[in-house]
Amino acid sequence: MTQFHAEPSTDALSEVRSEPMIIAENVEKWYDNNFHVLRGVSLTVQKGEVVVIMGPSGSGKSTFIRTFNALESYQKGNIVIDGIRLSHDLKNIETVRREVGMVFQQFNLFPHLTVLKNITLSPIWVRRWTKAKAEEVAMQLLERVGILEQAHKYPGQLSGGQQQRVAIARALAMQPKIMLFDEPTSALDPEMVREVLDVMRSLAKSGITMVCVTHEVGFAREVADRVVLMADGLLVEEGTPEAFFNNPQEERTKKFLSQIL
Amino acid sequence: MTTTLPPSSSNAPPITQVGPIAWMRKNLFSNWLNSLLTVIILTTLLNLLVSFLGWATTTAQWQVVPANWSLYFAGRYPAAQFWRLFTVLGLIAALSGLTWGVLVRNVPKLFDRNVLIGVAIVAVITVLLPTPLPYRLVLLGIEALLLGSAWIGKKIGRAKPVVGQWLPFVWFLSFFVVLWLIAGGFGLPTVSTSLWGGLLLTVFMSVVSIVLCFPLGVALALGRQSSLPVVRWLSILYIEIIRGIPLIAILFIGQNMIPLFLPQGVRPDNILRGIIGLTLFSSAYLAENVRGGLQAIPKGQTEAANALGLNPLLVTSLIVLPQALKISIPAIVGQFISLFQDTTLLSIVGIIDLLGITRSILANPQFIGRYWEAYTFIGIIYWLFCYAMSWGSRRLERQLNTGH
Repeated sequence: MTQFHAEPSTDALSEVRSEPMIIAENVEKWYDNNFHVLRGVSLTVQKGEVVVIMGPSGSGKSTFIRTFNALESYQKGNIVIDGIRLSHDLKNIETVRREVGMVFQQFNLFPHLTVLKNITLSPIWVRRWTKAKAEEVAMQLLERVGILEQAHKYPGQLSGGQQQRVAIARALAMQPKIMLFDEPTSALDPEMVREVLDVMRSLAKSGITMVCVTHEVGFAREVADRVVLMADGLLVEEGTPEAFFNNPQEERTKKFLSQIL
Repeated sequence: MTTTLPPSSSNAPPITQVGPIAWMRKNLFSNWLNSLLTVIILTTLLNLLVSFLGWATTTAQWQVVPANWSLYFAGRYPAAQFWRLFTVLGLIAALSGLTWGVLVRNVPKLFDRNVLIGVAIVAVITVLLPTPLPYRLVLLGIEALLLGSAWIGKKIGRAKPVVGQWLPFVWFLSFFVVLWLIAGGFGLPTVSTSLWGGLLLTVFMSVVSIVLCFPLGVALALGRQSSLPVVRWLSILYIEIIRGIPLIAILFIGQNMIPLFLPQGVRPDNILRGIIGLTLFSSAYLAENVRGGLQAIPKGQTEAANALGLNPLLVTSLIVLPQALKISIPAIVGQFISLFQDTTLLSIVGIIDLLGITRSILANPQFIGRYWEAYTFIGIIYWLFCYAMSWGSRRLERQLNTGH
């Protein structure tokens, strides 16, 4: 797998790690049916940091990271992304979404567009790049994720692992400062998990800020700077992978780890 | 003791499982009941066919068709101006050819076997048509024009693929040229719309209504899904009211009541009123077809597009609508086919379309009682158009299929 080569600027800054990219303070959210899904969650992610969020299903972890690019609204608390406050009425969402890339569990590629068009769509329409520039960047990204030869196929002709790698390339094409991964390997056949994790691993080492909801313990141990456990809409425990997996403090964490390890 | 089976020498399936005999055994004569049903149905169909052919070749007096050739096709359009209609036909043939050529520019062989067979059949039919020789020659010329422009279209498409993006615009412009050629003015003698009739009028009204009702229907479907309450309510109100009124009532309202609301002396053209009625009616149904397609698009598509920073307008026009329309093609074309057939209702409100002209032909004492022949003939014409539309929709679906 090709390694991602970090831009010089990010590389230098990633060492410093004093610039918060994501600040979430006491975020609370109710669904329309009054279900209190987030009950005051706070999390700060520094520039270049890789944070893995774990937790049982229904714990609100997906909902939580989806508030970072305003796919979900929230009713109480504060979220600041790269210095821009996401207001409750979601007025400045498009500015924020340009800086935040997202990869979904179900890939969500656009089935009516070729792989190349999937990737160039947003740079052309949102960033206003020329078609030539967008395609050049797209081809570079496809080479990095190892599927250059599939550029002119349609998503329906690719395997799940290939589709997810296209989805990662599509998100990266906007040159985001933050990448969000919402259970990126949960919908994949076991033999395809690895190729996606390899891409994510080299991406993490490139110095981009990453927040991943995932159950891949190996991945978390290897690349995460911090691991966070969410349960019942609350943040239960956070720590380095070492501390989190080997020496958990909370009962809830111990119970969760005993179920997945 | 073990026995190893020798590997099969051939990769082809055994002969008993392929070929017409195997097909018939499987699908027509699989058991005694199916065999009995097959025999009964085949005999009945054969009987019907034989008696129809017997009638068509002996009893039927087909001269009602050639004798009223121009009435069927152009109504009371002045014969001296027929060249304009042929020019329209030529223009459409040339444009269709160009479009076809550009669309299939990447196919190695433009005129493959199926196309050649089709061309030959059309050419033979044209030569056999019971019309004056000059008309037949012109029609053959138009067919040649179609093929020629397809060839040119392929050449141009190869050299400059950008041309493909200009074609919709050229078609749009050509509509006004066609309108000018048919209606006259600007140097050509005017032909009043009251003289338009027959197939010309049927096709003209259908095409204009289809072109107008499509954007209106899509807008209504999107309006019905809108997050703005007023837009949503108005769309629902419109759709539900129109769907609650029979088309014939809308056409009567258009023909008889609209003039009452307008100032004295302002009397919109009869045909225009017919087109407006058809458009307003069909767009409500079309909106529901498109809405079905919109609802079938998974929420993840919108979310992914939003996450990429696309604004709502771009999400709808680049991601949701193209997929929704693709899903709704069969339903939309179905709606277009009904619209085409609904034009016959206009003959009740005094517009002389293909059905209307047939009724006036049958009122002519010379052709009294020739119902079967006259209606069979227009039945075939209607069928040809409807079948062409449904064939086109299937082709389009296959072309747009991006799955495996």
